Formats: sequence, structure tokens, C-alpha cells
Amino acid sequence: MGFMNKAGYLCKEGFRSISTHGFMSFASVTIIIACLIIMGSFSLLAVNIDLLIDKLESENEMLAFVDEDFSEKQAKQIESKLTAVENINKVEFMSRDEAMENFKKEYDSSIFDAIEPSVFRHRYIIFLDDIALMSETKAEIEQISGIADVSAQIEISQGLVTVRNIVGAVSLVLIVILFIVSVFIMSNTIKLTTFGRREEIAIMKMVGATNSFIRTPFVIEGLVLGIIGAGIALLLQYGIYTLICDKVMTSIAGTFVSVIPFTILALPVGLVFLGVGIVVGAFGGTIAIRNYLKV
Amino acid sequence: MVLMNNVSMVYENSGTVAANGIDLEINEGEFVFLVGPSGSGKTTIIKLLTGEVKATDGEIFVNNFNLRKIKPRKLPMLRRTLGVIFQDFRLIDDKNVYENVAFAMRVVGANGKEIAKRVPYVLELVGLEGREKRLPQELSGGEQQRVAIARALVNSPSLIIADEPTGNLDPVKSLELMLLLEKINELGTTVLVVTHEKELVNSFSKRVVAIDKGSIVSDGMDGYYSYGIHE
Repeated sequence: MGFMNKAGYLCKEGFRSISTHGFMSFASVTIIIACLIIMGSFSLLAVNIDLLIDKLESENEMLAFVDEDFSEKQAKQIESKLTAVENINKVEFMSRDEAMENFKKEYDSSIFDAIEPSVFRHRYIIFLDDIALMSETKAEIEQISGIADVSAQIEISQGLVTVRNIVGAVSLVLIVILFIVSVFIMSNTIKLTTFGRREEIAIMKMVGATNSFIRTPFVIEGLVLGIIGAGIALLLQYGIYTLICDKVMTSIAGTFVSVIPFTILALPVGLVFLGVGIVVGAFGGTIAIRNYLKV
Repeated sequence: MVLMNNVSMVYENSGTVAANGIDLEINEGEFVFLVGPSGSGKTTIIKLLTGEVKATDGEIFVNNFNLRKIKPRKLPMLRRTLGVIFQDFRLIDDKNVYENVAFAMRVVGANGKEIAKRVPYVLELVGLEGREKRLPQELSGGEQQRVAIARALVNSPSLIIADEPTGNLDPVKSLELMLLLEKINELGTTVLVVTHEKELVNSFSKRVVAIDKGSIVSDGMDGYYSYGIHE
């Protein structure tokens, strides 16, 4: 039998099996959908929390105050030394005049009308690449000649780092557990279908079928069910996510919190669902038939 | 064709000795009955010949395959040289007669043209022409067994092993089936029939090998089930 002929036959057998074992196929697809939606929901929650933390991180700046004896020109010369520090993403210079203006804007009160710019120092607003390294970067900045003091919210930044790590770890563990559970349930579901077909497998073995010839239709069956499950799960995930986002956006309107629209996430979510569906289906099919191939 | 040399088989789990020093040679073109009471070791011999179990001692050669040394991936190649028929027919319920037979050819890599040419010929040989589209459950026991024979024959095996092929058939159908196997043998295929049906065996003048408690107790060409053991 030519390769195409054989592949065509094995594919046909895989599809035939899906239609002749309709209920089991329905059960397998349902399980894949359920597992993907649970996994997807946790992942989307984690992505949104990560985005929120990123936003908070980007707003968690450091202030480096320049020595009060430095003129504005001298103070500006420090910028190159600051940008040379490894963890620094961006620096913004603020003169003592600008600092005073900001202060007055923030505390809109007549009691500060007489305040002099000399009360303030020239300063740099510093944004970091990784706030987990804030302490080390602060110490490094303090070593730069001309920097008198550095103000940093180290405790807040450490808190954000801890939250991000916990969310990341919990999501990862949940995703791994759900993936294993999906493969287990999928393989058991296909096992039920193969149990009903063990006689057919025994006959195939007896007439000289190779293990790959017997296995291939089951793997194709798993693959197709995985792909169908992934497609339906993506549509349902879209519906659930959009519904929840609408509710959340209504209740958080006016705050700095925002959620990522599904249109941005659709492609990566779709690809992950498809990948997981294919792997779970094919792997489930392979595991399910393993015991029957030993004769 | 088949050569068993001092073959023993002990089942590991139960410690049952199912074959004990079996010496058996079956030459090309022979028709042999393997007889014996239930539990005598007949099925074990079949399993040894098809590679389902491995002998614990001795040598077995089937169609030039050394079954003591055969690798699992080579077993399908051995089985393609055999045609096996079972008491319970073992047909695939959701495939019709034609598909049940064609399926055995698909397995060995035959293409559509070869299948379309060979399957009708074999179905005619076993007397099932016109029944191609019937499902197994729409056929009588005798017809189902003929489908099983057609499936066993379709790949032109050099050896057909029939394990109690008449066990589910009435005496008339049993005789018809045995005559069909005799006809297949006359066309050149070696046939080994495992049975415990004394009258049926005695209706044919063939070689009869009798087994009891895992050992061969008689091997004669007189064609009689007459080794004197109680069933």
C-alpha cells in the first residue's frame, strides 16, 4: 500500500471511529473543553494580574537627590553616570524650580507661596528594569559622586515582587496539574472506547498488523477530538472572558486597573488551546491503547 | 513448516505446566488434527505457534521464524504467514463481510486494486458470494465461520491454524466446514485443526496428534481419534 493510500485509510478509520463511538467522542470533547476552559481562565487571570503588577512596577520610581551645592549644569552631568548603572531603564532630570512647581501643584495651599526653590534639590526620577533588584541599584546609585541621597519604596517593591512570584507559581502549578489531569481523563475516556474494541485490536494483531498501524487511527481520533475541543473551548472562553470583563470594567471604572481585551489574547490563547488539545488528544490516544498492544 | 523440538511451557503466575517436552513436525501440505481433552495444552500450542506466548524451553520454528529468538517487532511478519481461525469467529461487528476480509489485506499493506481482485475470489471460494454487504450478525454461525476462513485465507498464508473451528456449529455445518478446510488443504495450504470432536475427526483420514497433560501421547496417520484417554 502506498503511503498516501495507507495514510488515507488510517485517517478514514480514525474518523469512522469518532462517528461510530459518538457518545464517547462527545464525552472526550466535553472533558477537553472543561479542562481547557479551567486552564485558560487561570492563565488569563494570571496574565491580567501580571499586567497590573507591571503597571504598578512601572509607577514604582526612585528619586536620586543631587548634592545641594551642585549647580543645574553640574547636576545634569550626573545623568550619564546614572544611565550607566545596569538596572536603570530610564532617568528624568528635574531641576529644583520644577520640583518646587510640582510641590505647589500637589499641595495647593497659600502657605507655600513664599517657599524658595533653594529649599529643593535638583533630582532624578529613576525607573528600573527589575524592581526586585531595587536595594542593590539604590546602593550603587548612592556611590555616584554628587548624589546626596536616594529615596526608594523598597518594601512596596518587594511586596509587588512577592505577589508576582506567588501568582506566577500558583498559575504554573495549576496549569501543570490541569494538563496532567486532562491527559489522564482523556486517556481514560479513550481507554473506555478501546476497551470496547479490544477484540478488534486482538484480531488486528492476529492478522499481522504492526503496532503503529493499530495505534495510528486511535491517535488520529484523539487528535481530531482535541482540535474540536480546542475550537469549542476557544469560543466559550471568549464568551466567558468578555462577560466577566464587562462586569469588571463596570465596577472598576475610574480606577487605574484595566483588563486586556480578548482580541489581543485570542491568537496566543487559540494557539495554546490548539497545542494542548493536540498534545492531550494524541498523548491520551497513545496511552489508552498501550496495554492492548502487548499481545 | 512447523518444528517443535523438546518444547516446554510453564505459566509463570500459576506455575501450570502447559507443555512438557513437545516434539512435533508438520510438513508443507499436511492436514493435521491436534486433539485432546480440555486443559490438555492444545490452546497453549496454538499460542506458542502464533507467538502469543514464549516457550520456557526448547526450540520452535514456524515458516522459518525462530520463535524462541523472534523480536516483538517481527511478530507481525510471522503472523502474516499464518491464517488463524477461532471458535468464536472473532469478526468485527460494525464491518460487513467484504470489509472484514478486506481489512486483513489492509493490515498487510495491500492496495485497493489488489483487495478488489482478491476478496471476491476468496469469498466465492468459501461459498459466500452475494453476502458481501451483510453484517456478521445477519449471518448464521456457519456463514460467520466461513467469513473467518476467508479472512484467514485472503493473504495466502502457508499455514492455517484453526482453534476449535466447529465448536459453535451443528454437526452438519461442522462437516461442511471441515470439507472446506480439506478443499483449502488440497489447494496447497497446510492446515492444523485443533478440536476435541471425536466423530468429526474420525470422518477424515488424516494425521491425528493427541495431547494430554502437556505431552503428545499419540501421533498417527490412521486418522482416528483413538489414543484411549478419557475426556
